[in-house]
Amino acid sequence: MEQLANPDQREEKRNLDDGRTWFSTPAAWVGLILLGGGGAVAFFSEDRLQRFLQSYLFAYTFFLTLALGALFFVLISHLTRAGWSVTLRRLAEDLAVCLWLSALLFVPIILGLGHLYEWARPEIVANDALLQEKEAYLNVPFFILRWVFYFTVWIGLAHYFYRLSGQQDETGDPALTLRMERLSAPGMLLFSLTITFASFDLLMSLDAHWFSTIFGVYFFSGMVASFFALLALLVIVIQRFGILEQSVTVEHLHDLGKLTFGFIVFWAYIAFSQYMLIWYANLPEETGWYERRQEGAWMWASLVLLVGHFFVPFLFLMSKHIKRRKGLLAAGACWVLLMHAFDLYWIIMPQKHFGEAGRIPFHPFDVVCMAGFALLFFAAGRDAMRRRCLIPQRDPRLAEALAFENES
Amino acid sequence: MDESGAKEHVDRGEFPGHRTASGVLAEFETPADLVRAAVRVREAGYRRWDAHTPFPIHGLDRAMGIKDTALGWIVLGGGIFGCLLGLWMQWWTNAVDYPFIISGKPLWSLPANIPIIFELTILFSALSAFFGMLILNGLPKHHHWAFSEDRFSRVTSDRYFISIEASDSNFDIEESRALLESAGSVGAKVVWEREHEDKLGSDNDGD
Repeated sequence: MEQLANPDQREEKRNLDDGRTWFSTPAAWVGLILLGGGGAVAFFSEDRLQRFLQSYLFAYTFFLTLALGALFFVLISHLTRAGWSVTLRRLAEDLAVCLWLSALLFVPIILGLGHLYEWARPEIVANDALLQEKEAYLNVPFFILRWVFYFTVWIGLAHYFYRLSGQQDETGDPALTLRMERLSAPGMLLFSLTITFASFDLLMSLDAHWFSTIFGVYFFSGMVASFFALLALLVIVIQRFGILEQSVTVEHLHDLGKLTFGFIVFWAYIAFSQYMLIWYANLPEETGWYERRQEGAWMWASLVLLVGHFFVPFLFLMSKHIKRRKGLLAAGACWVLLMHAFDLYWIIMPQKHFGEAGRIPFHPFDVVCMAGFALLFFAAGRDAMRRRCLIPQRDPRLAEALAFENES
Repeated sequence: MDESGAKEHVDRGEFPGHRTASGVLAEFETPADLVRAAVRVREAGYRRWDAHTPFPIHGLDRAMGIKDTALGWIVLGGGIFGCLLGLWMQWWTNAVDYPFIISGKPLWSLPANIPIIFELTILFSALSAFFGMLILNGLPKHHHWAFSEDRFSRVTSDRYFISIEASDSNFDIEESRALLESAGSVGAKVVWEREHEDKLGSDNDGD
């Protein structure tokens, strides 16, 4: 800890110092029971299996995007050689490494592909000229192959940065930083390509007739905005337990608030770009997707999304005084996360083959799956966090991060 | 050489004659000295003074007691104005003054108007940020008396300065200079109005 910028700084807690392992964490068990129980209930009443899988996909995507957002933050920090964010990077490394759990939990989606995606059902493809044309890409073996590739890239990157950063805690070798920086550029390329195609596969192909080339960017914008909200929230929560009280300052929280704000605006920009081009061109093959989201109750949901995902956080997070107050920033972060979940719900649920149009198909499975995933990811994240110091304590740029200040 | 140079300036200041002072200019060797001195100047109650540095120094704003800028509010106002202007302009031109149907859309159709509204919001925000910044900083300023000091040119490389304006109500030639010297300046000097007139070669005001 000789790198402390300010020698007057008193000692602070930098570890989740408890001896509990992943499996003894009750959260993980409760999470597993919720998901398993929900799945079992659905499985033994055949007609509800599809509804369960919809909820499962909804919750799955929410936590996948948060973990991918963490991986993005690690990559971009190294790519830009960021100094300010060093004290936050370890938390992102720990969250990104939870992607192994996403890979594991992807199995039920593969098993239930036919219930979620029409292109995975031969009897529908046989009568659908468009799906036959798209079969070269949208078929089950290639889908599985692609997802194996995505997870190899994501987990490979997440573990690489997790491991090297951990090694640096022991050796203090600045060459490790250079190695991480070197991988961050090709890593970012791979990351952007894989998340784009993953968004096409996971969400866009739910309506396999529809296409939007900007969809990957839309997916990315919501992912990053909500990750920054999560990181701000995580910092505020662990500081309440007396952890990282000195090394993460109000300046860092202010910047997390700014980044959340910025990506909220970016989300709105991309969401509107997608909407306006489709609305203006007015081509039937494209407008159907939005039309379904303007029927009956979904019209109100669309307006709530517009106001709640853009106008509310835009106006709320604009002021510096709000971003620099923990309670208010935490409230804003919770709101952004809630709206991100709502955004995914709005993308996933209104599908022709999921049931009648114009009705919001709320089901207790939504809550069960969300809670199950939340508990599992809480346990996995906590497990990654408790293994080591919560800041990269011998990173060569640590002093810069500790002394970081915004220009007022 | 620095030392003697500073001395010489100070000595000349001791024979003010009938000239009026522009202010006191004090030189510091390190950012830390400057920040400490800024606290002293602020605590002495000065209002019309400034610190000059080659690069931004963290904590200097707080040491000088600079209040939060009002620029954000100016930009917000500019942004709202641009937003409303874009909305009004498209409504007036396309739906009222010269109704014209474009690609089968309603005469006044919000989604089509949003890009212009957005662009005008950005444009007027940026313009108000730019001009608001200039006005709040008192720019453009073609000359400041500190520029007539040769040593002040080092402010762009390795020296730090504090200037106190003679127009400050607390200003006192001797006291202000003494304050800066006691605050760790390596050379605090009174700058006279006359000097920069000499430099400009305009000595025709009948002194």
